[in-house]
Amino acid sequence: MLAKRIIPCMDVTAGRVVKGVNFLELRDAGDPVEIAKRYDDQGADELTFLDITATSDDRDLILHIIEDVASQVFIPLTVGGGVRAVDDVRRLLNAGADKVSINTTAVFNPQMVADATARFGSQCIVVAIDAKKVDNQPFEWEVFTHGGRKPTGLDAVAWAKKMVGLGAGELLVTSMDRDGTKIGFNNELNRAISDAVEVPLIASGGVGNLQHLVDGIKIGGADAVLAASIFHYGEYTVNEAKAYMQAHNIEVRL
Amino acid sequence: MKKIDIAVVDYGMGNLKSVSKAIEHVASNKTVLVTSNPDEIDGADHVVFPGQGAMPECMQELDARGLHEAVINAAKTKPFLGICIGLQMLFDHSEEGDIKGLGLFQGNVKKFSLENKVDDAGAKLKVPHMGWNQVYQNDKPHEMWNNIANEERFYFVHSYYVSPEDKDCAVGFGEYPERFVCAVAKENIFAVQFHPEKSAHAGLQLLSNFVNWKP
Repeated sequence: MLAKRIIPCMDVTAGRVVKGVNFLELRDAGDPVEIAKRYDDQGADELTFLDITATSDDRDLILHIIEDVASQVFIPLTVGGGVRAVDDVRRLLNAGADKVSINTTAVFNPQMVADATARFGSQCIVVAIDAKKVDNQPFEWEVFTHGGRKPTGLDAVAWAKKMVGLGAGELLVTSMDRDGTKIGFNNELNRAISDAVEVPLIASGGVGNLQHLVDGIKIGGADAVLAASIFHYGEYTVNEAKAYMQAHNIEVRL
Repeated sequence: MKKIDIAVVDYGMGNLKSVSKAIEHVASNKTVLVTSNPDEIDGADHVVFPGQGAMPECMQELDARGLHEAVINAAKTKPFLGICIGLQMLFDHSEEGDIKGLGLFQGNVKKFSLENKVDDAGAKLKVPHMGWNQVYQNDKPHEMWNNIANEERFYFVHSYYVSPEDKDCAVGFGEYPERFVCAVAKENIFAVQFHPEKSAHAGLQLLSNFVNWKP
């Protein structure tokens, strides 16, 4: 049976992996290749790199990182952050990324998602959706951009369907209410989107313990779970997470 | 022209870098070249035929680059590894865009039809079939499966699968939820639906078997 995936996520800036709480007090967490290898050894099913580089001057650094990681780690690599044009997708894929995640640009220029999938195939285009629960709209969850600061007026479930219609091969859904809280994924949001689309859903935002990973799959209907801090800070290894999931009757790759 | 041990066919589609890096990793003493030059493909000892995206675009790009014949020639004469769309293109026909393939295997490429289907745990099955799934090897041993356990997991990403007419060519199967053919072999050709270049140790073992394969 197809295994549910565990995806450690790394924030990268200026060529280094960094850790921080809500983008504040960023601390150097080490060399991307070393960290990627460690997660690979622990049995990670894929890796995601989020480029949080603020200045355009340093943007190309992520390409070198992906090249280095891709020549030593042979599992799927996803890169997101600052992907604005089809040419950005091309450069990341050429560097060795297998999938590219598109977030803010998808909102402001949905055609870019269509153009990228037409050019490179749906299998490598992930649309990242940052959603928040709202009470001032005729729907429950609204799409936000800029790290959860800017509302878009878009219904997250309808938006997910639209992105899949334009060719997105996978959705990365982050609950901005939960991100950094360690109280678990927003399983209601994930379930609503997962049931509405045919493509796989990666749940993100809020993991604090291993039961949250199980709930994300069983209650939220996610096909993969993404987590950063529980792995970065050594609270749990990926192996431990998989053993826990298996003990709760979830199919995993061991 | 310098000696090329392994040529990776470049027709502008797919994760060629991932493929060539994984091969270089298992064959550091060999010359690996990503190429769209038919002469270099003709001159190589081993040929890898990757592919990603949609098969109609892949066929179109292959023809546009004048590589159609070089690929058929390689598949008929030397150790040849098809990956993903590079497997699907070896068949007669695909439902994707209703197009003709290279016709090295008789059969059709079909789309997963999974509406209302669920896995053993009751979760909805998604398309593309994406992630790590078991590969069931057939009973007859094949050198390309050397040192790879039966039911080993490999990384898949696809919405279409091959349905060969000649069942004897099927050497590997996946289940999603029905059994489908995920590896075919015939003489010097071995082709897989999954991505060995992204399948960690098992995938590297398969690539290592390929670079040392003397069919």
